[in-house]
Amino acid sequence: MANNNHREITGAILDEESELTLGELCRACGMPAERIIALVEEGIIEPRGSRVRWRFSGICVRRVRKVYTLERDLGVNLAGAALALDLLEEIERLQARLARLESGRE
Amino acid sequence: MEYKDYYNILGLERSADQAEIKRAYRKLARKYHPDVSKEEQAEERFKEVSEAYEVLKDPEKRAAYDQVGTGYHSGEEFRPPPGWDAGFEFHGGGYTEANPEAFSDFFESLFGRAGGFGHAQGGGFGGAQRRQFHAEGENTYARIVIDLEDSYRGGTRQITLKHSVLGPDGRPEIKERKLNVKIPKGITEGQQIRLAGQGEPGIGEGKPGDLYLEISFNPHRLYHAEGKTVYLDLPLTPWEAALGAKVQAPTPDGPVNLTIPANSKDGSKLRLKGRGIPAKEPGDLYVVLNVVAPPANTEAEKEAYQQFSQAFEFDPRSGLGA
Repeated sequence: MANNNHREITGAILDEESELTLGELCRACGMPAERIIALVEEGIIEPRGSRVRWRFSGICVRRVRKVYTLERDLGVNLAGAALALDLLEEIERLQARLARLESGRE
Repeated sequence: MEYKDYYNILGLERSADQAEIKRAYRKLARKYHPDVSKEEQAEERFKEVSEAYEVLKDPEKRAAYDQVGTGYHSGEEFRPPPGWDAGFEFHGGGYTEANPEAFSDFFESLFGRAGGFGHAQGGGFGGAQRRQFHAEGENTYARIVIDLEDSYRGGTRQITLKHSVLGPDGRPEIKERKLNVKIPKGITEGQQIRLAGQGEPGIGEGKPGDLYLEISFNPHRLYHAEGKTVYLDLPLTPWEAALGAKVQAPTPDGPVNLTIPANSKDGSKLRLKGRGIPAKEPGDLYVVLNVVAPPANTEAEKEAYQQFSQAFEFDPRSGLGA
């Protein structure tokens, strides 16, 4: 680990196109499968494929982590966390748009 | 070490009851939660608030804190009296909800380091039969801010991570670690990079965890990215917009020649296909036309505007009904 300072490390992108199995998603989020299944049942993450061969998009990692911290830190239940997540993403979109529209008109 | 006034942090009197403590915490947690809050230094404030709640919500810890802390003020140099915790037994409960990584030295000096299983060092179970304990290291998550250009060209960014390691005396200490991370070409905001084996170290022969870096972009002077679509505002003179023109416009890939069609309207967009973020399927670049009228200062300029007013039968307020 000592020469980490000089070495360049390359990672894998987790995007809409990357596919994770249930096991890989559990490992990525540090969470048991039961919790992930509960999130699927709540409609928070939507895997492709049939239940025995679920494939999750790489974006799920971020959603699962956020739901987890919202539940842990704010004491909201799963449905509340899901709502907060959707609203937060909407705000993010609107803020990006607002920044774009304001920049040209100063 | 600095004394921390946990009551003050939560905005409470020392006489507050448990329900008030919970209410104050929930309110502040919603306000400062790093996933929710746009407040400045939200993350710092959130850590403070969580730490305060960790102590005050637990009647045992609260009693101990009240006993040693009376008379101190926030920020004052604090030294716990020797043997102060005699008679208290902390049952280890209450460490489950909050993330104890971030708690202060002050907290640690009173209550010890809140340990995940990451600190359960392998030891002998049951006398002679020594068994080694193995566990995979935990994954860690961080945010990294890059420039839009990094996504167009790919590149390397040095990032600094703070993490806790066990020191020689068995006490965890915070170490900084620098990593040179390769930024993959075509990455967009909100996506993550997974760096295998760069999370917390494993225990025994357990593998280390992975590090997940969430990407966000620095604000850019010229461009705005929404997903893999990129926008550029292009100022035009009224006559360029009206008569059409050939102009040069910057793009993150380098300047391009653009043909502005005659009678282009302010706010309309020209699409440059595939010139957005170079993801697997590249995004588009939109040039948003921004028509700017110059001020009339000299006599000649004023005359030019006079000629405008004579030449045009144009009332931009016709729709207002006034």
